[in-house]
Amino acid sequence: MLWRELRLATRAGGSALLAVAFFIAVATLVPLGVGVDLRLLARVGAGILWVAAVLAALLALDRLFQADWEDGSLDLIALSPLPLETVSAIKIVAHWLTTGLPLTMLAPVLGLMFGLPAAATWTLTLSLLIGTPGISGLGAIAAGLTLSIRRGGLILPLLVLPLLAPVVIFGAGAVQAVLDGLSNGALLFLGAFSLAVVCLSPFVTAAAVRLNLAG
Amino acid sequence: MAGMFALANPKRFMDASARFLPWLAAGTTLALAVGFFLGLVAPPDYQQGDTVKIMFLHVPAAWTAMMAYGLLALTSLFSLIWRHPLSDVAAKAAAPLGALFTVLGLVTGSLWGRPMWGTYWVWDARLTSFLLLLLLYLGYIALWNAIEDEARAARAAAILALVGAVNLPIIEFSVNWHTLHQGESILRADGPQIATVFLWPLGITALGYTLLFATLWTIRIRTEILERRARSLQLGEPA
Repeated sequence: MLWRELRLATRAGGSALLAVAFFIAVATLVPLGVGVDLRLLARVGAGILWVAAVLAALLALDRLFQADWEDGSLDLIALSPLPLETVSAIKIVAHWLTTGLPLTMLAPVLGLMFGLPAAATWTLTLSLLIGTPGISGLGAIAAGLTLSIRRGGLILPLLVLPLLAPVVIFGAGAVQAVLDGLSNGALLFLGAFSLAVVCLSPFVTAAAVRLNLAG
Repeated sequence: MAGMFALANPKRFMDASARFLPWLAAGTTLALAVGFFLGLVAPPDYQQGDTVKIMFLHVPAAWTAMMAYGLLALTSLFSLIWRHPLSDVAAKAAAPLGALFTVLGLVTGSLWGRPMWGTYWVWDARLTSFLLLLLLYLGYIALWNAIEDEARAARAAAILALVGAVNLPIIEFSVNWHTLHQGESILRADGPQIATVFLWPLGITALGYTLLFATLWTIRIRTEILERRARSLQLGEPA
């Protein structure tokens, strides 16, 4: 099942590479917009890369369940002995492996391009590694809720973005603290948030999917 | 509990609400009139001058907006557990009202902020979390409107409302952690840190806003029930 998800995401028309390309594109446009002053970019870089990462992760979300729903395979999956909670968990893992993980691996490069010092780049990468599973988890809930909506891709960001505020605050806050030479608990809070979301999300997502299949 | 479930029957709710609605409306008018009058004749604050009077519009609006989300989450919980159509309707009716009070809180707050803080908007903890609260309301309303099947929309929106309700304290905490707003001055262990001349009008306007919310909520629930009846009559189904 996980293998199937991964293959679907990486084959032609898959969204894994698209999310990464989107992430790079946003990160490229920002210096064009705010100017190329490296000191300024270093100040705002962490926040911008975090917002770009959240947006990039959202791109692939609307197809998470919708594609399977449209061609009927979601009904078959729901009838299979595999509980929907497990299916949701697999979908979350697959989404993270195809968006969160590549984005995290790309972060050191983009961090350097934004003039972040090495320590801050390291924290940025770590914070993305910890925080992106939370994005996948919360996103999966919204993807389950909107799977039957034809233009679900439009409504999904409105549902997810306000809920993701803590992730962005803690993620970018951790990097900011390193820049200011302080230490704060941002990474710990981020980890707690992510962990809680990933634990609870499969159940809520399964409930959301179930209500769309029923009736 | 038994009384609440008795009202969960739409027919009985319609009968009961028709009786108490005029009283609610009268109470609202009275409390708002007295509250605003006391607010207007209250002496100017020694620091804020007459600007302090915006407080009587602003603070109750913010309280009501938060209370509305609490009620939204509570009715959503009821609708998920007991599948009462009335709690669906109640949750649906609460959302636009909550969004309205949130906007009212934001606008009056920003009008107060201009003379006091020298700016209409700062990215302060409470302002930011209120903006996020507004977005949560908008997302909830958008989800309701996007799903055509009514029962399905109700349950999807209910799940969203509960996810939002769980997340709201975390958002609140993270935004606080991130940061001009004054600290808590009413609900403090050592008693309210606010002069009595201001406390009374504030309490009465808060009561007025709450009653106003209750009145509008009841009206909206009634309208929604009537709309659903009209629709099922049109479809030729038994109401």
